[in-house]
Amino acid sequence: MTTMKIVADTTRCVGAGQCVLTEPDLFDQSPKDGTVIVLDDDPPPELHRAAREAALVCPSQALSVEE
Amino acid sequence: MATSEMSDLRQFPVIRTCPYTPPTEYRELARDEPIARVGLPDGGWAWAVSRHEHVRQVLNDPSFSADRSHPDFPSQAPAGQKPQRLDEADRTILTMDPPEHGPARRAVLGEFTVRRINALVPEIQRIVDEQIDQLLAGPQPADLVETLSLPVPSRVICAMLGVPYADHPFFQVNTAAMIKRDTPMPERREAFDRIRGYMSDLIATKEADPPDDLLGRQIRQRRAEGAYDRRSLAALGFLLLVAGHETTANMISLGTLKLLDDPEQHAKLRADPERTAGAVEEMLRYFTIADSAVARLATADTTVGDVTIRAGEGVLLLGLVANRDPDVFPDPDAFDVERPARHHLAFGFGPHQCLGQNLARVELRVVFDALLRRVPTLRLAAGVADLPIKSDASIFGLYQLPVAW
Ligand code: HEM
Ligand code: SF4
Repeated sequence: MTTMKIVADTTRCVGAGQCVLTEPDLFDQSPKDGTVIVLDDDPPPELHRAAREAALVCPSQALSVEE
Repeated sequence: MATSEMSDLRQFPVIRTCPYTPPTEYRELARDEPIARVGLPDGGWAWAVSRHEHVRQVLNDPSFSADRSHPDFPSQAPAGQKPQRLDEADRTILTMDPPEHGPARRAVLGEFTVRRINALVPEIQRIVDEQIDQLLAGPQPADLVETLSLPVPSRVICAMLGVPYADHPFFQVNTAAMIKRDTPMPERREAFDRIRGYMSDLIATKEADPPDDLLGRQIRQRRAEGAYDRRSLAALGFLLLVAGHETTANMISLGTLKLLDDPEQHAKLRADPERTAGAVEEMLRYFTIADSAVARLATADTTVGDVTIRAGEGVLLLGLVANRDPDVFPDPDAFDVERPARHHLAFGFGPHQCLGQNLARVELRVVFDALLRRVPTLRLAAGVADLPIKSDASIFGLYQLPVAW
């Protein structure tokens, strides 16, 4: 079974929240400045698709998934 | 560039005459020349970029500037009506570049997180229900733009900012004047100055004891950081007020039109409320109302596709075309509420991607859910071909949408 690591570059994040819309179990936003908080950087396999989708829709390429 | 060559260029702006179908010129560009030189009203030219992949690349590349007041920034406004250079204090995140843009955007981002916006749902629901009550209590046919499309986003953004809604006729008139492409420059400038003056006076009244609204919280936060300046907060308030109501209003009108005119898709939504959020994304993609609002100025030579864009050249990002890129959206001209469409570019892309996008999403979802369920017999009271289209505005939409039920 493959493992995955989600890496977020908060300096690039522009707080669009597209990741949170994609998978609220994996992502949240800082209440202060809206930047991304990764809730689980080693997601279970059933959330791998959502993690890839989040990396795709993120407008600032702040998210990457390593598989 | 030689004039003989110039005269061969397709001329922008291209007018949208059909609410559904992008103009023929757009289709030709996408098919024949996805990165093309096009003529601008001031006699200059810019690159028009049509592919999804290329639009994403340009909007996410820091060597393209968003400074709309730069003299070389490509403008689709009539000749002689290009925006003037803004004073330092009047600039907003919309026109800022890195490194200045990020911190300025983060200073308000906390107000627009998915969580914060979701907390506003009950308030938005109440506003939507009140407007639908008003619609139903009035005569038929009714104009949906006046009774629902405009008041909902306008009331919501007023409540968020702490702007008295009673003043909305004032800024509605002035916003419309600013957005119409052929408003003469002096009038556009006057409309701009009036809203800005209003915003500045309003903020002044909040300074003594900042209330718990967006503007009040910004006063406190900026004071705490030792960076409070009324004029720059007024510029932000102005941006939010203007960006926050025309756009969403046009999407309410166009989305309703499409649903009433497409019984099959309408039925799909009625059958399952879970589909509304996806339908909203599809509407945003399909209409891409801010298509002609997204442009950039190259500040370094950059290769995009087969083309080298040189520093100093302008770029128009044709989101409307990119959102119908068949490589990304199969059968792109079909309106399909079940299509996965969230990677559309209707909110732009990159660091300037719409700050209010999650607010707009929630407003649209609540509106369509309520309208479909509370007024199941809603129907168009005019032919689609007869609807007054905003072909003369930089934000696409409808002036009126007659409905009956
Ligand atoms: C359906 C409705 C909306 C559409 C289609 C839309 C579209 C857009 C687009 C395309 C941009 C990017 C401009 C660029 O890259 O140059 C943008 C930026 C922006 N929008 Fe929206 N918008 C909508 C609703 C809203 C709302 C409701 C608000 C505020 C309450 C808002 C506030 C902003 C702001 C402040 C920016 C500038 C962000 C920045 O430059 O960092 N918009 N919008
Ligand atoms: S989608 Fe990207 S830019 Fe937006 S909040 Fe998530 S990480 Fe940040």
